[in-house]
Amino acid sequence: MKDAGKLEITTPSDREIAMTRTFDAPRPLVFEAFTRPELIKRWLGVRAGWTMPVCEVDLRVGGKYRYVWRGPKGNDMGMGGVFREIVAPERIVATEKFDDSWYAGEAVDTTVFVEKGGRTTVTMTVRYESKAARDGVLATPMATGVAESYDKLAEYLATIA
Amino acid sequence: MEPSGYALSATPLSLDATFAALADPTRRAILARLASGEASVNELAEPFAMSQPAISKHLKVLEKAGLISQGRDAQRRPRRLEAAPLEEANEWLEAYRRFWEASYEQLDALLDELKTKARKPRRTRR
Repeated sequence: MKDAGKLEITTPSDREIAMTRTFDAPRPLVFEAFTRPELIKRWLGVRAGWTMPVCEVDLRVGGKYRYVWRGPKGNDMGMGGVFREIVAPERIVATEKFDDSWYAGEAVDTTVFVEKGGRTTVTMTVRYESKAARDGVLATPMATGVAESYDKLAEYLATIA
Repeated sequence: MEPSGYALSATPLSLDATFAALADPTRRAILARLASGEASVNELAEPFAMSQPAISKHLKVLEKAGLISQGRDAQRRPRRLEAAPLEEANEWLEAYRRFWEASYEQLDALLDELKTKARKPRRTRR
């Protein structure tokens, strides 16, 4: 049962990255933990001295959310977006944009919650739509094959270490 | 490279070129081939049903991203793998994974707490 915690990262297309993780809790509870500010603040990105002083969620289609994290040196990092689709407790689609973004434009996050036998599997897919990608010039950072290159890379790095 | 910024956003711009270069299967195959030793353009073109100019185009992208360089032999002009940008990309992915792993571990603990609370009978109930 304790293998629930394995995080799987895949790249379903050249503009997406998907993360899958199973939690030992029923779906409504997990959904709440992903959508209620007082709960989000307690787990999302708060580690190694980082806190989340701002966490605002207006959970309705067209509603906004805003997160700001503060680092151990007082440095702030913010992001936010707009909800496009909410089917509680099954599915959320929202845009995301970081204040200091490394990719052009917004990304779209789709979070799907599936319950089986009292456990809930959450798959979060981030689809990047950078201008570069839209123009078909370059793929976005988390492009296809990053995961496999990563495996190859690990092998390679082992050989030169 | 993670500490100064935040795992989810603080990707050096140079990584865009790295990831873009890695986004193509032919280029990944070329890198995999070069991981086992340097090779000339002809040798690199061999396994692919591709013209030499087409391969050269891919090599140019890889070179621009700093993923490969040209060896000294003026005749063969062998290409070889450059490890630094790949290491940087690797570290960034690792930071990304660590961010989510750590967050989800905290969420495990929170969910346990919420489950316990939910199990307790409410005061208003008889």
